[in-house]
Order: sequence, then structure tokens, then C-alpha cells
Amino acid sequence: MTPTLAAIRSGIARGGIELKQTFTTPQDLWNLIFPNAILLTVMIFMRGATVPGTTFSLGSRTVPSVMGMGILFTGLVSLMMGLAIEREDGTLLRAKAVPNGMLGYLVGKITLVAGMSVVGLAIGLIPGLILFDGLATGGLSSWVTLAWVLVLGLLATMPLGAIFGSLFSNPRNVGIIMLPVMGLIASSGIFYPITNFPHWLQWVAQSFPVYWMGLGMRSALLPDALASVEIGHSWRHLETVGVLGAWAVVGLVVAPIVLRRMARRESGSSVAARREKAMQRAT
Amino acid sequence: MTVVDESAETRHSDDADVDDATVLDVRGLRMRYGSTDVLGGIDFRARRGEVLALLGPNGAGKTTTIEILEGFRMRSAGEVRVLGVDPARGNEAWRARLGIVLQSWRDHGKWRVRELLAHLGRYYARYSTKDVQRPWDVDELIATVGLTPHASKKVSQLSGGQRRRLDVAVGIVGRPDLLFLDEPTAGFDPEARREFHDLVHRLADDETTILLTTHDLDEAEKLANRILILAGGTIIANGSPDELARRTSADAEIKWSQDGQRFVHSTPDATGFVRELLQQHDVTDLEVRRASLEDAYMALVHGVESGRADAVRQFEVVTR
Repeated sequence: MTPTLAAIRSGIARGGIELKQTFTTPQDLWNLIFPNAILLTVMIFMRGATVPGTTFSLGSRTVPSVMGMGILFTGLVSLMMGLAIEREDGTLLRAKAVPNGMLGYLVGKITLVAGMSVVGLAIGLIPGLILFDGLATGGLSSWVTLAWVLVLGLLATMPLGAIFGSLFSNPRNVGIIMLPVMGLIASSGIFYPITNFPHWLQWVAQSFPVYWMGLGMRSALLPDALASVEIGHSWRHLETVGVLGAWAVVGLVVAPIVLRRMARRESGSSVAARREKAMQRAT
Repeated sequence: MTVVDESAETRHSDDADVDDATVLDVRGLRMRYGSTDVLGGIDFRARRGEVLALLGPNGAGKTTTIEILEGFRMRSAGEVRVLGVDPARGNEAWRARLGIVLQSWRDHGKWRVRELLAHLGRYYARYSTKDVQRPWDVDELIATVGLTPHASKKVSQLSGGQRRRLDVAVGIVGRPDLLFLDEPTAGFDPEARREFHDLVHRLADDETTILLTTHDLDEAEKLANRILILAGGTIIANGSPDELARRTSADAEIKWSQDGQRFVHSTPDATGFVRELLQQHDVTDLEVRRASLEDAYMALVHGVESGRADAVRQFEVVTR
């Protein structure tokens, strides 16, 4: 086994350990469950409303859309936050001091985020299936679609998370990213179909990954008849693969460059300087 | 699986006294930020098993020097070889032979002590050699740094001193050939400090070369075979603790009582003076005090900081 392969295996083990830690730390569990609980409550209130032009419950439509949004949150936001925080506290520097440690660290983060995404989907899906009618999870094709949308969604969002996480040296500034992300979600048809939105806004939404992750999840879990209310009256799987794939390719090309540049600058004194700054803020 | 390919490592061969036992070889190392020279051309070497202490006031360039040697920082100029390799081009096999003790803060807070050390040790397993079994056995390592009662604690639950022990354990988990310690005992209580000193001696006995920075002169004197004093970006002294103390201040101070009176005398020839004194007078309470390392250090650094370059040159010690 080459050292690189060994490091990848260590990284997967690292992700596993951190995943286990997430599930045994009350604070982390709360962070995982609380947003889902709020979303579920919102969707319960939407149960009475229907998707425009149909008799289908708007609440049921929102369940898969929110699962698509969840991929964005774990893939982009949690990776970005994780990287920014662990750069500040010196976790990354420790990885750098170990042979092949950076590779192991990165594989660990990817494993952790992928694991959290799967758990996040389950946390959204299981109560969704119990509380909402009309979700079509009978066929194998539903699960296959769910799986590839998840994988492609993570490939499209994780490199972005890595890039933004590397660019911010102060984890408290990461919040700047959250505003546009929220705006994007609002205009991406997660909570309401965007077919009635202005055309230009529809185009904006369709050029980012969130819309497609929501659409992909809807295509997996909603009856086919519901495709009629989407843009183009279709689930547009080909376009979904195209847009998410393009984001993934761009991200996977740019992320290693940004990560390498960021990692090169890490040293004991840069961590010490950030520690000093953080201490000053605390007092 | 390849370990370190000795033949692939570039070595200088222009100098007869650079051989296999030379672990650190630094020549004309310069570091410049903008228009300020942080390091103005420093030279030193270390042989296998040697413990070097880098002393100097804040801002003297100690951390910069260490970070260049660790491969974490690019240098502006100069020749540097660490374990025979230019640290700017060190590969992972080279990295596996280095140990770096970092000042931890709150990283890996959720990890348990044993879990973290076992995990980090995994990365070194590929780099064992016939002489060095890597990594260090986890339980043995935990016992060595005195963390056995805390092995299953979360890192965030450790006290400051315990965290520093963990930092040391992380630094040596790969059984390094060369260990970097940047102010290792900052925040240690006296007992922890004593135990840490014992650990350093044990590592040095195992042929681990150690480069440490410290503010604590007493510590440098106890641990180091050789002390380098860095001030104003240059090495102003390089020698054993004894040599430094002797060369900077040749005079010894002699105090004694005679006929109920207290006398003080300074002389370079303490032995001769005392012999004469004892022969001729009825002396009591005799006390001879050599200049301490601290006196030497203060004199040197003060000389540099007040810009008296000549004074420094006078003190310059060249030992190899």
C-alpha cells in the first residue's frame, strides 16, 4: 500500500471518528436536529395549501425540496465553517506537520460531510414520510435518483465550501457568505415553485446548484405528474447533471489550488497570531 | 514500500566536516520581509543526538528560523539542509522524520487523548526503517509523557499542563530523528518542567536531535549541549553553556570576611587570588562566584540592542 493510499484510509477513519463525535456531542446533535425540526413545523403549516394548478399538498412538495437544500447546507456551509474554524485553532497546522496529513485531513472532512449529509437527509425524510402523504418512495428508481442527486450535489457544493473556507481567515466573517446563500435559496423554488417568478430571476436560480438539487430531490420523491408544474414541464435530469456537473468540475479544478495556497501559508506563528486576535476579541 | 532513499538526498560535499551525522546545516540563512532583514545571514550546524537551544529576545528571529527549518516558511537566501534535505523541497518521507511540538489551543477538543495519538501515529506507519519502528506504541507514549490517567479523557477536559504534555506526545509520536520544540515549557509548573527535562534527556540519549527555543536560561543550561544566542537577526554566540559564561565574562567575583569586615574582589584568575589570600590572611566565609550564563546572556543581548557591534564581536564565540 502506498503512503497516499494509507493516508486516504487514515482520512476515512478520521471522518468516521469525527462523525461518531458529532452524534455523541449534545451541542452537535442539537445543531443537526433543530433546523430540521423548524423546517418540519413550517411544512406542517403548509400541508393545507396546494401546489398552484394541482391538488397536491404544498407541504409534501416541500419535503424533498428541503432535502435538496440540506445538501447545500452540509456540503457548502458546514465544510466552509469547519475549514475556517480548524484553520484558526491549529487543527490544520497539526495535519501539515504529519506526513501526508493534509491529504488525510481533507479526506476526513469529505467523509464527515458526506456522512452528515446522509444523516441529514434521513432526518428530513423519515418524519416527512410519516407526516406527509403523496411521497413516492416505492420504486427502486426513487432511491437511485436520490443517491445520484446526493452525490452530484455534494460534488458541486463541497469544493465551493473548501474554497470559501480557505479564503476567510476569520471564521466569524464566514457569515458574509450566508446572506447571498439565503437569498439564493429563497429564489430557488425550495419553498414555492418559481414558475411564476420573473424570467431573469428564474435564470439566476437555474445557474446555481441549489435549484437543481431541489429539483432532483423532487424528481426522486414526488409522483411524476408533479413534473408538469416545473420549468419545461419536466424533471430535466439531463440539465440537472449538466449544471451540477459543471459546478463540480469548476470547483474541483479551483479548490485544490486555493487549498494548496492556503495550506502553504500555515505556520506556528500564523496560528499564534490568529489566537492572539481571537483572545483580544474575547476580552 | 520505499522509505527514505538516502541516495536521492542532496548533500553538500564541499566540506569535510559535513557527514552523515550532520542533522542540521545552515549557512548564510537570510530572511527579509519587505525592507527589513529578520535574519541577516546565520550559520550553524547540529550533529545527531545534539540538543541545541536557541535563545534570544522577542523578535530576534527564533521562530522564523525554526519555521524555515520545519519547511513551513520560505527563506530569502542561504543554504539550508535538514536531515540532508532542503526543507523547501522536503517530501513526505522527510516530513516523517521530523517531530514538531506545536502550541495547542483548542484543536481536537472532542478527541480523546488515546484516540488522537493512535490516529496521528497511523500516518507514520509507512515510514518505519530497520532502526526506527514508527509510530511509537500509543500506550507506551502516553505513559512516557505521564498522561496514562487521562488517556480516555477528551482533549478539551485536559488542564493546560496536560495539554502541553499532549503536544509533546503528538510531536514525538512518529519517533522523529529531529525534534523542534518552540518554547516547550511555557505554562509548565515546576514538577511538569522537571519531568519534561527528563523526557528531553531520554530522547537525546536515543540519538534524537533536538532544537528548542526558550526564554528560560536555566532551562537552556540544563538541557542543551550547545546554546545559540540570536539577537538582531544574527547569531551572536554559539557554544556550550559553560563556554558562553566563561568567554563573556572572564572575571570571577570573590567575597570573603576578614577581621569582621566583608570584602569583594573581581579577578580573571580566581584560583591564584584565592591561594594567595588563604596563605596570607585569616579568611572566613569565602565565596567564589563565576559569571553565570544569565550574566553572559544579558551582556550579549544588551550589547546588540544598544548597537555596540564591536562589543559583540569581542564576545563572539566560535565553536564547532
